[in-house]
Amino acid sequence: MNEEKKLNLTVASSPHVASPIDTQSLMRDVLIALVPALVMGVVFFGPRALVATLISVVACEFFEWAYRKLMHKSMANKDLSAAVTGVLLAFVCAPTLPYWMLIIGDFFAIVVVKQLFGGLGQNFMNPALGGRAFLMLCYPVAMTTWVVPGIGADKWAGLLSGEVTMAGADIVTGATPLSADYMHGGLLPDVSLLDAFVGNVGGCIGEVSALMLLLGGLYLIWRGVIRARIPLAYIATVAVLTFLFPMGGNDRLTWMAYQLFTGGLFLGAFFMATDYVTSPVTKKGEIIFGIGCGLLTVFIRYFGGYPEGVSYSILIMNCCVWLIDKVGKPNRYGVTKEMKAAAKAAKKAGKEG
Amino acid sequence: MKQSFYGGVHPHDRKELARHKEIAPLSAAPKQVVIAMSMHIGAPCKPIVAVGDHVKVGQKIGEIAGLGAPIHASVSGEVKAVEPRPYVGGGKCMSVVIENDFQDTWGSELTPHPDYSKLSTQEIVDIVKEAGITGMGGAGFPAHVKISSGIGKVDTLILNGAECEPYITADHRLMLEQGERVIGGARILMQAFGLKSAVIGVEANKEDAIEHLKNLVGGKGDVQVESLRTRYPQGAEKQLIQRITGREVPPGGLPAHVGCAVFNVGTAAAVYDAVVEGKPVTHRVLTVTGDAIQEPKNLLVPLGVSFQSLIDEAKGFKEEPERILTGGPMMGIAQYNLDVTCIKGTNAVLCLTKREAAPVVEEEVCLRCARCVNVCPMHLTPVYMHLYAEKGMWKEAEALNVMDCIECGSCNYICPARIHLVQSFRVTKGELRNLAAKEKAAKEAAKA
Repeated sequence: MNEEKKLNLTVASSPHVASPIDTQSLMRDVLIALVPALVMGVVFFGPRALVATLISVVACEFFEWAYRKLMHKSMANKDLSAAVTGVLLAFVCAPTLPYWMLIIGDFFAIVVVKQLFGGLGQNFMNPALGGRAFLMLCYPVAMTTWVVPGIGADKWAGLLSGEVTMAGADIVTGATPLSADYMHGGLLPDVSLLDAFVGNVGGCIGEVSALMLLLGGLYLIWRGVIRARIPLAYIATVAVLTFLFPMGGNDRLTWMAYQLFTGGLFLGAFFMATDYVTSPVTKKGEIIFGIGCGLLTVFIRYFGGYPEGVSYSILIMNCCVWLIDKVGKPNRYGVTKEMKAAAKAAKKAGKEG
Repeated sequence: MKQSFYGGVHPHDRKELARHKEIAPLSAAPKQVVIAMSMHIGAPCKPIVAVGDHVKVGQKIGEIAGLGAPIHASVSGEVKAVEPRPYVGGGKCMSVVIENDFQDTWGSELTPHPDYSKLSTQEIVDIVKEAGITGMGGAGFPAHVKISSGIGKVDTLILNGAECEPYITADHRLMLEQGERVIGGARILMQAFGLKSAVIGVEANKEDAIEHLKNLVGGKGDVQVESLRTRYPQGAEKQLIQRITGREVPPGGLPAHVGCAVFNVGTAAAVYDAVVEGKPVTHRVLTVTGDAIQEPKNLLVPLGVSFQSLIDEAKGFKEEPERILTGGPMMGIAQYNLDVTCIKGTNAVLCLTKREAAPVVEEEVCLRCARCVNVCPMHLTPVYMHLYAEKGMWKEAEALNVMDCIECGSCNYICPARIHLVQSFRVTKGELRNLAAKEKAAKEAAKA
């Protein structure tokens, strides 16, 4: 019996096995799913798109590390959540945005929106979208200075060094799918539907290619990282509303397709609205959340001050998550409709008596 | 269409380790057995033998004291001690230590009834009670209480052969090798409840057992064998009822509330032994398995055999075990002492290596990823329940129906942040029970 006494046995509460999926692997999958969209960003906007994204990732990880170091908190860099925020924030900025502005956005996203509320899991707004909202308020011109896509290899060097940035023939302000003429007036953008789907249009670095975002989103659903409910409810709501109410005398289907494939809808639906921390946990809640995002997006696009409504609609819905989860609480197991009715009647009788 | 339950997880089942190992008796009878006096839910039994007494196999040595089932000697020999000994459920439990005389003298008071068709319900209940039959699936609810409390209410008799816990193959082998006992037991139970049919639910990963049972039932068709989706916790009582009948057991209710009675296939086999052969529960089939075990096996063992001797029977360890469990990896209880012995509900001795076992790491922060909500078969929101539990807000957790939790471990298994959800809910439930008891006492005091 002596031999057995040497066994070093762990005593713990059940269960004694665990799924191989952990926080880091989930975040890694999100990063992988964002790669196709980044590739398209680089194809259409040149290497500056890649450099901006990398800078944003490094800045986010740095701010996360620095804040937690200064505050003597546990290190959280290895969970990769800051990297995801970095990529997403770069994706929702114009390709010409100066790097320093991007870094300020990263600071706001990581430190103000995320860490000040307690870090991962505690923030009530999506950090990347919070950062974007902040940049839109501070630098509205830089944030909406669009570059013509497919700019051509000869200009890449100039873009990278900053020679070709804020001004010049390559920069077109307002002639993109995000223009107010299009969103509010019903004037279709000057690109084919196929170009709009593939991403050969003006816009933010990561939002242009609906095709690649769809691929990434499907990868995440297939891997079980996100559930299809939010993106489906979101995109379907936008589709139905734009189909029912086309603008500018356009054909319903064409109008709907342009509305779906342009702007940040796919990026928002698959990667932002599904952010774990800031979305509901219940089945019903997820669907309510998706529909809410879709309604707000269309309202802002049709009637709002900004031509694009995806980011604000998600931010607004983020603030309602606690309430939505209360509404979406699953039905209690084993309680039938009759039992519920009986309980209600008893309560009523109790009040009256 | 019969619905499946909501949620659940699918851990790697690892049943291949022992799936094809035939049930074998121990190669050498144990020199000594330590029979715990608590082998069921309810009050522990009172030992009715004293040191120095000679006992026979099947002789009653523990008498019911409240809710429970009597306990019988599993070997013949001399009682060496009646004292508290280490117990699989944790801590120590009053036990009867019997030194084997290797004579196997039979001393059961039960009479065999090869033709059980003439037995009345009460007679069957009495035999089941005297034979000391408890739920063999692990929970250990006394079977005679289940039968007598369900008579008249039960319209569906379900036999649980799901065996949804990973690794364990004891029920699988039992159905495959001794299917006639299982079906015989099912027919006796049908008779007790006055029913014309029964359903055996078996997870689809035991194809051979399903085929075998179907062949055994043959044209009679009174016992249906249902193939169930392989998904944990398919074998949990409420989930099994939901899958077979589409009914949901109400909160705090028993299966009888929705007209169901569920027995493990091992329990049914024990009922058959007791009624037809006049044998009380003295032995059971269990699986000794896990990657740390040299030669995983399914064994027919006398109750009271120590875990150490079971592990030795499986040729010991080939790798250092990190955890030794009684039961499966999802709901089993970790042991720290191998002197603990097998009881009626012990379906496995599982030795996990460091590779297999959940890593012992610090909890990370909750991401609110909602995986726990999506896997919970009881429609709960573990993420919020844990939020309250962490802060000691028991009443708020109760409002989220934490008391409905069946502790299946699905949420805990799937959690990417490795939060010990089940542990936290166990604490919460305990605190709530204490609170309820206090409130009740206060109310009574106010009345008096």
